[in-house]
Amino acid sequence: MEGSPYGIPSRKLGMWLFITADAATFGAILFAYGYLRLANPDWTHPFAFSPTIVNGIVMTVVLLTSSLTMVAAVATAQLGRTSAGVRWLGVTMLLGIVFAALHLREWFAMIGAGWRLFQNPMGGSPLFGATFFGITGLHLLHVVCGVIVIGVITLGFRRGRFDAGHVETTALYWHFVDLVWMFVFPLVYLMNVR
Amino acid sequence: MSQTQAHHHAPPKGFLRTHVFSLDHKVIGKQYLDLALVAVCTGMVLSWLMRLHLAWPETPIPGLEKLSPNGAAGGVITPEYYLSLMTMHGTIMVFFVLTTAPFAGFGNYFLPIQVGAEDMAFPRINMTSFWVTLVAFLVLVAAFFVGDGPPLSGWTAYAPLSAVGKDAGPGQGVGQTLWAVSITLFCVAQLLGALNFITTTLDLRTKGMSLARMPYSTWAWFITSVIGLIAFAVLMPACILLILDRVAGTSFFIPAGLVISDRLQPHAGGSPLLWQHLFWFFGHPEVYIAILPGFGIISHILPVFARKPLLGPRVMIACLVAIAFLSYTVWGHHMFLSGMNPFSATLFSVPTLVITIPATIVTLLWIGTIYGAKLRFTTPALFCLGFVSVFVSGGISGFFLAQPSIDTYLHGTYFVVGHFHFVMGVAAMFGIFAATYFWAPKMFGRMMSETLGKWHFWLTFIGVYCVFMPMHYLGLAGNVRRYSAFTDDYLKPMIPLHRFITIAALFTGAAQLIFLFNLIRSRFRGPKAPDNPWEATSLEWSTTSPPPFDNFGGRPPIVERGPNEYGGARGADYLMQAAAAAPASAR
Repeated sequence: MEGSPYGIPSRKLGMWLFITADAATFGAILFAYGYLRLANPDWTHPFAFSPTIVNGIVMTVVLLTSSLTMVAAVATAQLGRTSAGVRWLGVTMLLGIVFAALHLREWFAMIGAGWRLFQNPMGGSPLFGATFFGITGLHLLHVVCGVIVIGVITLGFRRGRFDAGHVETTALYWHFVDLVWMFVFPLVYLMNVR
Repeated sequence: MSQTQAHHHAPPKGFLRTHVFSLDHKVIGKQYLDLALVAVCTGMVLSWLMRLHLAWPETPIPGLEKLSPNGAAGGVITPEYYLSLMTMHGTIMVFFVLTTAPFAGFGNYFLPIQVGAEDMAFPRINMTSFWVTLVAFLVLVAAFFVGDGPPLSGWTAYAPLSAVGKDAGPGQGVGQTLWAVSITLFCVAQLLGALNFITTTLDLRTKGMSLARMPYSTWAWFITSVIGLIAFAVLMPACILLILDRVAGTSFFIPAGLVISDRLQPHAGGSPLLWQHLFWFFGHPEVYIAILPGFGIISHILPVFARKPLLGPRVMIACLVAIAFLSYTVWGHHMFLSGMNPFSATLFSVPTLVITIPATIVTLLWIGTIYGAKLRFTTPALFCLGFVSVFVSGGISGFFLAQPSIDTYLHGTYFVVGHFHFVMGVAAMFGIFAATYFWAPKMFGRMMSETLGKWHFWLTFIGVYCVFMPMHYLGLAGNVRRYSAFTDDYLKPMIPLHRFITIAALFTGAAQLIFLFNLIRSRFRGPKAPDNPWEATSLEWSTTSPPPFDNFGGRPPIVERGPNEYGGARGADYLMQAAAAAPASAR
């Protein structure tokens, strides 16, 4: 069969289309968040610089760094340096796990303080908990899925079942998850500072 | 990684892999069509029950009590059960018929063949897409058999009715949750399908098949996929938020201080309008997901029987793209009655009127195509003409409804019911019928009966006009929709007209038995179909009927021209897209 006229492999195009749809999904959720935030005059601003925002900054740095290590993984994989690629993928996974751990620690602290999907311990709109856990939860789900997928790809890449193209396609997804966080952090955290 | 995954998967062995869990796009397409056939019969029976109740509100319907002892005690439908029937009719028809048949069904079967590919880009995802759709359908139908029956909030599931749970009425407990789960699953399935269609169209075209040479049906499926990729990605999270409201105690769509069934609802801060925005941001593009494949099918079939090239092929594609783009800017016209700011209403009214321009151009191109042509009046050609007729009849009332000042009066009446059934329901169904009569010889290798087809067309054509045209009159006379009966109020004089519509609906439904009989009979008794019975040009007619497992028997076609070579353009009556096939002069 002929080579693709657009020079873009089907799997990579499929990933771009998935990212397009996923962006629409996050867009819808963030639109709902903005809508409800404006509709509720008693919106809560619970976050203090320390610990929440400090924690958020650390998480942001960790996730951005993981994108950088992902770039290194793709570059080394494309050069055929399999073991270096595997190492960088491992570092990326590790950073993803650190991000998820920091996130979960923050979640448990908030749940301990009485935050629920339907309950606001500070007396304001109960939608704060719903949107906060909803949006960050959807993002966290993407991070966890990403870590698992990178794990599978890393094993396959080391054994030669997957090639640099698979690594690159996975990287597209990972950078997208990173990009979404760059919207979530200002909109959900920084805009709700006390 | 290589530039293209050529998936030369070998033909499967065994019944299950060949006919049930098949990766072959042709089998999956037929599975989608079978699902749509089951769904459309279910949906039609539901509409009969509603029509019978509207015409003879106190007459029991035999057997109905068995299905719902509470909803139809003694066989007489309660107002709540009427709403349940309406909800299920709308949901089944919009999602599982108008989306699955023209888009997922025929698209799956013919898009890969029309671009000269062996299969979809991702056969496994394709199979998953179908099975998730089937599960979604079963979850929805399960609502008939659980708790208090199916939900009653309409196919639009407006909050807070859909969000507050069983306090809101029968069916709003488990039934409504099943609805939301079903639609979430359906969104996932259609997203997978859209991703597959787009990738296949862009990546798997055979040699010489440039974008400009793609048949119009392929273009329509491709554009529909792009619409679906965004639209379903927005409905899915909306449905998940709805599920959270129902099962996890959140209040996304439920405002404070709501007292339902004498109980203060434990929610605060949500917005019912948010649901309407998210739903209609999907809902209006969904209208085009249902009808654009019909546009493509008609544009593909009309030139074959007009023996003339389609007028303005590039304009046609530009119009389809324009409609796709504009479909995202008009959703607020469904919400003129929601209490939105009149200024916003104007903002949504303008693009709604603008979108009628490409839709009108498309219609004029079809009419221009048949102008002066020596039409071959076959059944698919008749259904194409019928499509144009009902699309114009339904589309013209759209001009009225696009204006907020008129819509305010008409929106809650049968005028809107008549409008969208014509333009979205019947038109899309005529597209499906045209496609079935046109492609059945290719799919099953046997011709359908022309005599029966023509009977089917004329009875259906007259029938749908008898059903839906009077609804416009009812609406102008102020007949509200979604009411289960009009016995003792000012609408009582309308009952004879309702009885006429009911009789016409039963008659039109019965006429579909001719179609079913023809479809089933032709599969066993129909005359063998040649490879190209209609003397058409696109690639599906270059291969055998039915096509082999890899579509072209291991020899991918080489495309030399567009699909529009009819009527002696280059000395022959028609020229096939692929040169390898028999020359046109052999006719």
